[in-house]
Amino acid sequence: MTDDAVTTRRLRVHRFKRGDHQPHIEEHDVPVDERTTVLEALRWIQLHQDLTLGLRHSCFHASCGTCGVRVNGKERLACVTKLSDISGTVTVDPLANLPVLHDVVVDMGPFVARYPEPHPIVRGSEFLSESRTADGIDEHERYEDCIECGLCLSACPVAATDDTYLGPAALAYAQRLLEEARGADRDAILDWADQDTGAWRCHAAFECTEACPSDVRPAQRIMALRKELRHRRKDRDLEVPERPSSASEASA
Amino acid sequence: MNGGAGSTPHILIVGGGGTGGALAHDLALRGARVTLVERGEFTSGTTGRHHGLLHSGARYAVNDQESAVECIEENMLLRRIAPGSFEENDGLFVGVTDEDMTYLPGFLAGCEETGIPTQVLQPDEALRLEPLLNPALKVAVRVPDATMDAMRMPLRFFATAKANGADLLSWVDVIDLELAAGVVSGARVRDLVTGRETRIGADLVVNATGPWSEQVARMAGVDVPIRPSPGVMLAVRGRLCNMVINRLHSSGDGDIVVPQRALSVIGTSSWVVEDPDDLGVPSDHVQRMIDEGSVLVPAVREAPYRSAWSAARPLIGSRDDADSGRELSRTFKTIDHAVDDGVEGFVTITGGKGTTLRGMAEVCADVVSRKLGIETACRTRDTVLLPHTAAFAA
Repeated sequence: MTDDAVTTRRLRVHRFKRGDHQPHIEEHDVPVDERTTVLEALRWIQLHQDLTLGLRHSCFHASCGTCGVRVNGKERLACVTKLSDISGTVTVDPLANLPVLHDVVVDMGPFVARYPEPHPIVRGSEFLSESRTADGIDEHERYEDCIECGLCLSACPVAATDDTYLGPAALAYAQRLLEEARGADRDAILDWADQDTGAWRCHAAFECTEACPSDVRPAQRIMALRKELRHRRKDRDLEVPERPSSASEASA
Repeated sequence: MNGGAGSTPHILIVGGGGTGGALAHDLALRGARVTLVERGEFTSGTTGRHHGLLHSGARYAVNDQESAVECIEENMLLRRIAPGSFEENDGLFVGVTDEDMTYLPGFLAGCEETGIPTQVLQPDEALRLEPLLNPALKVAVRVPDATMDAMRMPLRFFATAKANGADLLSWVDVIDLELAAGVVSGARVRDLVTGRETRIGADLVVNATGPWSEQVARMAGVDVPIRPSPGVMLAVRGRLCNMVINRLHSSGDGDIVVPQRALSVIGTSSWVVEDPDDLGVPSDHVQRMIDEGSVLVPAVREAPYRSAWSAARPLIGSRDDADSGRELSRTFKTIDHAVDDGVEGFVTITGGKGTTLRGMAEVCADVVSRKLGIETACRTRDTVLLPHTAAFAA
């Protein structure tokens, strides 16, 4: 909350505690100003009206990926979503396609479990490439853009009907590894992606790219991954799928 | 649930920030039974909100050498036990004004005294490394700063503690500590996932709640000399530098730019509050981050806004001390309340910073071990940590 609150907004917040028969919506009127974010508004509810409201947050600047929610049905990082950019009533729901732990908190275990090994988090830096590195440093390293927030998986229509689908974040990450292997086994990564529950399951809806707050463009990366897989299958005289695989094929 | 004579002692850690996580890891390695409770997500308090600087210690080399030494030692050690968790990018201390230049000799001497390696760069060399620096710079000093992920690096301590049998519980709020006849024997807690209240018994409770440690200590009827001192940080879009850029002067507002993914984080301001939960983000502080940050890297002024937020540091010092918090030491302190206040079974660890989380845990775990008769020595200096993803494993 900034120090010059000017107006009041109504938030409708998804509530659910383990043992409840079903979730319900609670409404709160929250003082806000031009800069107030959804996360700050939820924190205000927690501090001033209901200490038991469960929400995830950590960095407050779109770098950690913990505060993903759905705001009026759209996947958003609560920490960088200003209420002033949303008109009317604001409804906050937990991410989809992951188990709800409580209130707007989902269990990230099944999300993280989708990633292939190894799962390094730093990569070579491509920024300011005209600058040279300092003595003693071979290459500047920087964190991956993907912040593992799960927004892409929540927005994915395939993941909504098939929880075996590896999903956009993990597949996009695999494609990053192909671009910059960092010691990873290229063939093992391609084998991992080349399964019915992998790159072939994507229906190219591009909802993941739309939802991504870090410009990772998972859908485009899945397309690039498929291109590599097609070449590899042709080289090996294997059938190249003409259309996305379906859940029934995947389980068959 | 209390451990009786001869059984493995049970330690309840209150607070799931970097300190609590590192302490759980340390005590689990020593073979203790550990339960940790955190009222929100792990690292949701101060830890995850910090600017992501792995300190070389140079910031403290002139005015707070105890902290400087702690930082450089832990900096080198963390790179060994958490490989892959740092952008190994180094940092520059950049002098822009004549006044900054008067700080240079003492700065270099302080770094030498505290064991922080430096390399003095002329302006043209500094600009070749970092083209977006203020072209009017007079000097730059390279030091071994680095960027860390303020959540994922600490999460590796949680991941490893969990794999070693520690019971780490997020969404569990401490309602009160159980205190009878001058002995703390556990806590009454509310499980926020189920809404149920229950109790957790322990041979010893550690208060590792950072800026909240005063509130938690009060539950045991004791006081801790902590001042919650928030600072404002600003994130802008665009990676404006590859190294951590610091202002070469004694600590001040907006004197650091930390590159983090495709963002640049400018920090920070400093003031003092009573309630570490209700911080606010004063607009004039945000403006100061832009004004002062652009003295180091002019592109800060034009870069698109991403976020501004506050985090509360747990600075050691009484309420009668300085008003801004800048004058307070950034070192840490373990308080055995049996010694200080006559309350047995209760220890507070507070102060410090993200960079020193492991060292803080070691000192605190030594105190805890002595009190509980645990004879195993600290093993965290050379135990390589599991990846952060293991913290989410079922």
